[in-house]
Amino acid sequence: MTASIAHRSKAQFAGVHAARWAEPVVMEMTYPGRRGVVFDDAPAPALPEGAMRKAAPVLPEMTEHDALRHYLHLSQMTLGMMGVSLFGTCTMKYNPRLGERAALQHLSHIHPLQHPDTLQGILELYANFNDFLCEVSGMDQFVFQAGGGADAAYTHACVTRAYHAARGELAQRDQIITTIQTHPCSPATANAAGFEVITLSLEEGGYPSLEQLKSVIGPRTAALMVNNPDDMGIYNPDIKEWVRLVHEAGGLCFYDHANFNGVMTRLRARELGFDACMYMLHKTFGAPKGGGGPAVGAYGCAEHLVPFLPSPLVVRDGERFTLDDDRPQSIGKVREFWGNAPQVLKAYVWARAMGAEGLREAADISVLANNYMDLRLGQVRGVSRSNPDVTAPRMEMTRHSVDQVTQDTGCTVVDISNRMTDFGIDALWLSHEPWLVAEPFTPEAGELWSREDIDYWIDVLEHVVTEAYETPELVKSAPHNAPIHQLKGADMADPDTWATTWRAYRRKHADRLAAE
Amino acid sequence: MMPVIGLVVNPYAGIGGPLARKGSDERHLIAQALHTGAILSSAQRARRAVDAIRTATATHILTGPGAFGADMAPGADIVTLTEITHTARDTATLVSSFQGRVDLILFCGGDGTARDVAAANCCDVPILGIPAGVKMHSAVFARSPERAGQAAAAFLDSAVRPVERVEILDLDEAARRNGRLSAELFAVARSPVARGVRQKPKAGGGDLLAETDAALGDYVRRMETGQNYVLGPGTTMSALKDRLGGGTLLGVDLARDRRIIARDLTEDQLLTHLATPASARIVLTVVGGQGFLLGRGNQQISARVIERVGPDRIDVICAADKLAALSPQELTVDTGDVALDARLSGYRQVTTGPGRRQVVRVVF
Amino acid sequence: MTRAHPWMATSAPSAKQEMLSALGLSTVDSLFSQIPDDHLYGKPFDLPPQLASEVVLSRHLDDLMRRNVTCRDSLCFLGAGAWPHYVPAICDEVANRYEWQTSVFGSPTSDHGRNQAWFEFCSQIGALVEMDFVGLPVYSWGCAAGHAVRMASRMTGRRRVLIPAVMDPERLSVLRNYCEPREMARHIEIVEVAVGPDGCIDRADLAAKLDHTVAALYFETPGYHGVIEGDPGALCAMARKVGAEAITGVDPLSLGLLEAPGAYGATIAVGPTQPLGVHMNAGGGVGGFIASPDTVRYATEYNTLNISIGETVQAGEYGFGLTLFHQSSYGSREEGKDWTGNSVYLWALANAAYMSAMGPEGFAEIGRLIMARCRHAAEAIDGIKGCSVDLSRPVFKEFVVHFETARVAEVNAGLRAKGIFGGKDVSKEPGTDGQAALFCVTEAHTEGDIATLVTALKEVLA
Repeated sequence: MTASIAHRSKAQFAGVHAARWAEPVVMEMTYPGRRGVVFDDAPAPALPEGAMRKAAPVLPEMTEHDALRHYLHLSQMTLGMMGVSLFGTCTMKYNPRLGERAALQHLSHIHPLQHPDTLQGILELYANFNDFLCEVSGMDQFVFQAGGGADAAYTHACVTRAYHAARGELAQRDQIITTIQTHPCSPATANAAGFEVITLSLEEGGYPSLEQLKSVIGPRTAALMVNNPDDMGIYNPDIKEWVRLVHEAGGLCFYDHANFNGVMTRLRARELGFDACMYMLHKTFGAPKGGGGPAVGAYGCAEHLVPFLPSPLVVRDGERFTLDDDRPQSIGKVREFWGNAPQVLKAYVWARAMGAEGLREAADISVLANNYMDLRLGQVRGVSRSNPDVTAPRMEMTRHSVDQVTQDTGCTVVDISNRMTDFGIDALWLSHEPWLVAEPFTPEAGELWSREDIDYWIDVLEHVVTEAYETPELVKSAPHNAPIHQLKGADMADPDTWATTWRAYRRKHADRLAAE
Repeated sequence: MMPVIGLVVNPYAGIGGPLARKGSDERHLIAQALHTGAILSSAQRARRAVDAIRTATATHILTGPGAFGADMAPGADIVTLTEITHTARDTATLVSSFQGRVDLILFCGGDGTARDVAAANCCDVPILGIPAGVKMHSAVFARSPERAGQAAAAFLDSAVRPVERVEILDLDEAARRNGRLSAELFAVARSPVARGVRQKPKAGGGDLLAETDAALGDYVRRMETGQNYVLGPGTTMSALKDRLGGGTLLGVDLARDRRIIARDLTEDQLLTHLATPASARIVLTVVGGQGFLLGRGNQQISARVIERVGPDRIDVICAADKLAALSPQELTVDTGDVALDARLSGYRQVTTGPGRRQVVRVVF
Repeated sequence: MTRAHPWMATSAPSAKQEMLSALGLSTVDSLFSQIPDDHLYGKPFDLPPQLASEVVLSRHLDDLMRRNVTCRDSLCFLGAGAWPHYVPAICDEVANRYEWQTSVFGSPTSDHGRNQAWFEFCSQIGALVEMDFVGLPVYSWGCAAGHAVRMASRMTGRRRVLIPAVMDPERLSVLRNYCEPREMARHIEIVEVAVGPDGCIDRADLAAKLDHTVAALYFETPGYHGVIEGDPGALCAMARKVGAEAITGVDPLSLGLLEAPGAYGATIAVGPTQPLGVHMNAGGGVGGFIASPDTVRYATEYNTLNISIGETVQAGEYGFGLTLFHQSSYGSREEGKDWTGNSVYLWALANAAYMSAMGPEGFAEIGRLIMARCRHAAEAIDGIKGCSVDLSRPVFKEFVVHFETARVAEVNAGLRAKGIFGGKDVSKEPGTDGQAALFCVTEAHTEGDIATLVTALKEVLA
């Protein structure tokens, strides 16, 4: 099977080279007096002295064409999904162009405070998509206000506060339980919301034991925040019992559905007992990631938590839809207005195009493709799988390691990832920190990528591993065909030299800039 | 001025491994190794590290003759050894000669070599290990020769040259060959902070050093007045002691009312201090990479001390990445009292950050 | 499924079979063996029918969305956190690039262009606010204010923040969540400072409430009601004098005209990014920035992802990498930082293009234009019987209209019938007296639009 480099694969091996424009920082592209956009002029207003700007902002002066060309050059020096990206935990999907066009056409010129009578279309779409997610999860109500998965986890922490406060138990219930393999946003947001976080460690089988859980639950337990399966592809079979135990102790249970793709239509969070769950519309539901948002963490919960949800809620009243702001027990807002509506529309587009049968097919393909990858990766020299004792097929992704390659050749997983970029493979998803597996990488095939794409990805890895053994320097100094070379890095972590703005850079590097 | 690296290679490092020995600290073992033709791998490993440095930056190297470094670093300046003893003395002589002349000491060997380097390093020059030994429990080692070279180059290129304190541990060789594990914390050295150039994780805290630091601040804030705190050894504990007026790195100290009141105590001294009716707590960290909580490097905190304080009054503070590196994910206690060890075992919460604890299984 | 789906390569029947064969399987079911049987949801799903055909789905969306009335169909005078500004066409072009939309995390080399554009976003915000350190954007202005207040609390070890009594309730609600309920150990108390009849912070009340327990003073200029603070530097100085952080919320579009926070002594600046080339998107266009001096004290407190320029191994070549600066000295921290996650990074690219095209003169020009249009509208509305606007206050972009007898809800219903979205109903909110609405006028409004509004208002009030 390892010999199955398709014709397409061969061509790609020969031909990948990123665009390389010698593009200065825009702040340098200035010519006094040039304009990129002009407005009708108006006289200067009378302002108090203390309020008036004294020195004009030091921004570039350039033509509209130069500004456009500059940013298009930069976009061309961005790989994105132009090659093959199997970036694990992020479920790289097709971002349907129909959604983009429709969002721009229909939503760009809508103000969030318009009267609901003028928002009937988008509110109905919200209500319909709410119903869709409720059916898929078993929950009773979703909100789309959270600006990402972490924001939805934060929403849950806030709802947890409000739920226990309403019962007079907030002062007592100050602990949230999670696991080391749960996405770090759960402990981080629980902490930010004021809770102590107790993290459970993995044991035999790749998940924490019931006994470990029992050792921490009690009258201080506010909630359990957990994902399942985790990003090593391991499913915790005790999860129903976990939920039962936490409920028994008076805590709430939150299901981070970051890794939903492989279990779509096979299980429902509510039936497993969870009180609340979260879907990332920019991952599982096909909205684009945009390099890090705008995103949506769709937060859904069962009836007993609905009063605490952030406001407003979209309410269906027969054929009419309204926004309900009058909810005295609500946590208020985690972000202004009612969410990234364009992303909700795009997720709705994806969901409707898939339907129930499409969701099932996508889940099947995700898990099938991952197991196909496991099979092939198991044959690549120096590549090993996390939890080798777990023999059952993994879910939609698996944690692998190139530790042996690193030990043998000195080439790290970052070196290998950099070298794969030379063949049009986007950076690998390694692992959250701290690393439980040395030199980790975590590919996720999802349902989008073809077998040819997946084979090419593995062929490239195999090729790079061979290079590591034969010409390690070539790998360590990679990438060679990317827009730029490796960063040195040290200067970006040093307070005397780092610079997040051009102003800071000019100030800190004045001597050298003057010499040039 | 071009930075200077002092390179010292222990030519015999790593030869105990192929002989199924647990280390190569003793002369007769070395002789046996040479006799049976064990491969000297430290030379190859040192060369890989030197290559990595030279790829990354321009630097002078100062080293010993032949197998002590010169063979692996062509063009280096050589320190003459008047007498070659084939013992730890050779390492010590070279390290002594580096004092005041180099910016970083890069050594190639195992825990024994690290211990020898640290002992002779009187000016506290930053040190970094190229892993080539059989035992490498000390945190001073890079994960691979290439990483050692890259880290050395990055360190020398940096304007601030950031260092962190790392523990040098070694096992008692004689005891080990008798089937008994006994790790001692020998020294604490300064070592370059390893900096990654990859993009950081996309979410979460992700800032483990700050988390540990904040955990200590949080712990100090919550310390109760009038209570005795028995503070174990190690770098994490040392940072805690720094917040309490300063204590010892390798010893067990006592604090009260947020001040260190006694330093480097023996078991008997601890028991004397704890004879007062005031309640007490024991604060520990995980020492070295082997996951020992009690019984290695902190034997002063004996079974009797623990019984006096109360086995349920032990707090553990440890960085999350140190816990993550444990395989399996568990901690070990060995107080010499099996009944007490059994009571100490089970699931324990280790503080990893402010308001953050991780549950770890404790075994004996 | 019998027919392959356009978005799933392996849904071609033989493609799936090929993979199954490679695994020696005939069906996928055994691949799910980790899930216990009693976890499986065995029932069919009650979901609307699949619309795999793009032509059908597109029509469905058109039919649904036709039920909206947009600000293209109507004249919009709503602001308060999302504003009807003009979005230059190049911003849409830039934000819609497939490479950028589909980029995920990447690396400084593979996604070099995006990283550079991020750095340029930060650099240009830094130029506008005259501060050296800028993080990548956060979810919104309210979130930026929340994070800034928490930064201040961590830096000072204090748990009280002063805010103006007149503040957008939407933004305040977000801030309240970030400050945590009273029961929490790290609760930050929010104390309101009176706002005088001039719409500015009451200095005497501020002086009375500022002491060494205050972590930060947070104020905005222009404020919620559009009022420009006359001497923001004096407010900042008062805060700094007691060791508190001086956090200002500013509209970046005002900064060609109004003084930069860094120049008058603010220590942290926050504000919205939607005005910089992003559509309102039903509220989905919002974003927020955080800026401060570039010292270790501030830099290590950022929860945002931060991007720095740096050298590559190739002489003379530069790149842009993310760093949390986590190896710096921490002093005596007792708390962890806030979380980082997905934010609004795609909008940062539109923002960067917008600021580049605007340049210093563009910002000055749009500032003058907005103030002039705003003033013109305020005067015209003040001239309508039954309406009044306090013309003594210098305002930017927004102003409050008081109605003598009419109810805002009814006025707005009347306007809506005439194709106009009237101002936000702020009756009963602090800083208003009786029936009041917050109107927003920007560069996108023509003099004709204002005349249309005035005529309509007269008719509705008649």
